Amino acid sequence: MPVQIDNINNTIILDVLREIGNIGAGNAATSLAKMIDKKIDMKVPIVKVLEFDEVPELLGGPENIVCGIFFKIEGDITGSIMYIMDQNSAINLVNLLMPRENAEFDEFTISALKEIGNILSGAYVSSLSGLTNLKITISIPALAIDMAGAILSVPAIHFSQMSDNVLIIQNEFIENVEATKVDGYFFLIPDLDSYEVLLGSLGVTL
Amino acid sequence: MSTMVKVGMADLKVTEYPNALTTLGLGSCVGICLYDPVTKVTGMAHIMLPSSKAIRKNENVAKFADTAVVELIKQMESKGAKKTRFFAKIAGGAQMFSFSSQNDAMKIGERNAEAVRSMLKELNIPIRADDTGGNFGRTIEFYSADARLLIKTAGQGVKEL
Repeated sequence: MPVQIDNINNTIILDVLREIGNIGAGNAATSLAKMIDKKIDMKVPIVKVLEFDEVPELLGGPENIVCGIFFKIEGDITGSIMYIMDQNSAINLVNLLMPRENAEFDEFTISALKEIGNILSGAYVSSLSGLTNLKITISIPALAIDMAGAILSVPAIHFSQMSDNVLIIQNEFIENVEATKVDGYFFLIPDLDSYEVLLGSLGVTL
Repeated sequence: MSTMVKVGMADLKVTEYPNALTTLGLGSCVGICLYDPVTKVTGMAHIMLPSSKAIRKNENVAKFADTAVVELIKQMESKGAKKTRFFAKIAGGAQMFSFSSQNDAMKIGERNAEAVRSMLKELNIPIRADDTGGNFGRTIEFYSADARLLIKTAGQGVKEL
């Protein structure tokens, strides 16, 4: 039976997904810290089930310009994973890696963001793979800088095939020294038939 | 006093002169605008998927191209509009992320736009403007006064259809 996201509030499934998010994001934060050679703090990820219209509000409204880095998931489960953040966080993230004055969205920033997205999502997925014993890999990144509503339509449409809600994992990374904040959201979007495989591998029966 | 009525994702609204309808940040979704030039009854739907038929969770008629168009017509006719006079303007259906190896799931924007076009054709509603595809988001505003469709983008400017 397909998962009904609508009915998973207050169930063990939400806890399992929260834990996956926690471990995945923890792993991503560690990779980020190694990459920039600075200490990174991470807030406990927040896992939420939201209605379609509520999601763009997290990112400053549907017309706010944001950056989304998108990967296809391949292997024992299929689907996609997206890391999305607002413009300030995207610039902050690139500056952590390679401080520049007057940073803007040029070719350099975009290619750096793709690479950072690759490392964050790769760390996330590899911890998921370790947790579940499933073989999971990610594709090369695709990046878009556009209105939040438009970018979020991609995960929303995936979820809309089974629900009127979207499941999201919110992460906040904080770099300690200069207290630079990077607020980002992971969307893990397994294809419909992969939910069962994913949760089943963790001993959760639907 | 004219009001701008907001249409959310998987939502539809009908309004009358002098109001206008808007939906913000269309990506792969499609905005369907219907207009009756005599009564100036105006409708807009923001659909997410091409068809309600293959989907189990299909109570929300505004989510699908096929059911949204039918519901929009029904609500507009209940305000005195006549379907035989309707024409449509559509926008959206972008592909926000592109990969070299494409599968069907990635082309959802294109499939949404195609589903809307074929549904309108089936119902004999002519399409006066079609701004679909591309890889960018759109905010649209549709005015009951003259059926003007304003399309705003982040990087491609503003246009009027």
